[in-house]
Amino acid sequence: MIAKRIVPCLDIKDGRTVKGTNFLDLRDAGDPIELAKRYADQGADELVFLDITATLEKRKTLVTLVEKIGRELDIPFTVGGGIRTLDLVDELLQNGADKVSINSAAIKNPNLITEISEKYGCQCLVVAVDGNKIGDEWKVFTRGGTHNTGIEMFGWVEQVVGLGAGEILFTSMNKDGTKSGFEIEALNKMSQQIQVPIIASGGAGNIEHFVQLFQNTGVTAGLAASIFHFREVDIPELKQELQLNKISIRI
Amino acid sequence: MIAIIKYGAGNTKSVMNALKRLNADFVLTDLESEIMQADKVIFPGVGHANHTMSVLKEKGLDTIIRKVKNPLLGICVGMQVLFEYSEEGETACLGIIEGKVRKFDSDQVIVPQIGWNTTQYKENSLFKGLDENPWFYSVHSYYAEIGDSTIATSSYGEVYTSAVQHSNFYGTQFHPEKSSSNGKILINNFLEL
Repeated sequence: MIAKRIVPCLDIKDGRTVKGTNFLDLRDAGDPIELAKRYADQGADELVFLDITATLEKRKTLVTLVEKIGRELDIPFTVGGGIRTLDLVDELLQNGADKVSINSAAIKNPNLITEISEKYGCQCLVVAVDGNKIGDEWKVFTRGGTHNTGIEMFGWVEQVVGLGAGEILFTSMNKDGTKSGFEIEALNKMSQQIQVPIIASGGAGNIEHFVQLFQNTGVTAGLAASIFHFREVDIPELKQELQLNKISIRI
Repeated sequence: MIAIIKYGAGNTKSVMNALKRLNADFVLTDLESEIMQADKVIFPGVGHANHTMSVLKEKGLDTIIRKVKNPLLGICVGMQVLFEYSEEGETACLGIIEGKVRKFDSDQVIVPQIGWNTTQYKENSLFKGLDENPWFYSVHSYYAEIGDSTIATSSYGEVYTSAVQHSNFYGTQFHPEKSSSNGKILINNFLEL
């Protein structure tokens, strides 16, 4: 039986992890590879690396990092953050990334979704959607959740799947950083609406939140960053608890 | 020496990385002499069956693969095209193994299947030393039907072939190169055949 996936996310700047971690025994808490290997050893099912470098050096450092990650890591990983061109997608996939995630570029140039999907297959393309609930309506936001595109979110999700997205990474801006639980209602609606895997992000604060996520929605993966970095949630413990709750999980 | 068949498959780098982690000597090649001389051949694959077959034909690799006498391991699409036919692009495949490749029913299950699934295997050297029902990582929208060559199955809406063997031709639907310690054991088993 297929397992639900637990996905730690690492924010990367200039080839280093940012926001720090609470793994006191790491030799170098800023080294993304050391942290990634730690997560893989603990049972993370895959990893997401989100590059927030905004300099001209971005491409070079990111490709170098992806190459290193691929050498060291024997579980799948996705790379995202400011990917706008098919050229960069080529380089990242050829250097060992399993999937790329695009966000703003998908909105500016939806054709990129089709281009990537046709060239490499939809399974290597994650479209990240940052949603924010304004009044009763969900809108798509970009630029780290600061810019309202005015696009209605559920319509957009349907559209990107039609264009060739193989997976959706949905982040609730309302929930992000609150540690008050995943956005169950919207995630449930989305998982009934589309037939590709959904990675839920935003709001995870404790183990119970993951149990609720998998019991109440059809999403196939839960993503979090700081609760793993700061050891507020321990991956083996989380997985044991999910198993106790009869959720299919790889242990 | 291990030959990895060079034809631009998406997971080539990951397969190379996995072999490096096992300190295995390999060559990435599309040359008949190197492929035929290799003790083991790995045939990676990610992407579209139709595209895969046309690249293989263009390079003459379809004929070479059929002639391989030493153990060959097809991975993902590399396994699928060992069969006779794939519904993906209505593609005539290599026809080394009897059977067809079909699409998962998206009314029944989420397609593509992305993630870790359990594998029920028959006794086979490829699975030596693995626990019962081991986890492997898979990413695919198409699956091979169960047939005489099926040596392992997994379940996703329906029960499908997750590993095959027909004489010296082996294949896995899952990605051992991305399946952590279980994948490492399986690749090592293949190298020791």
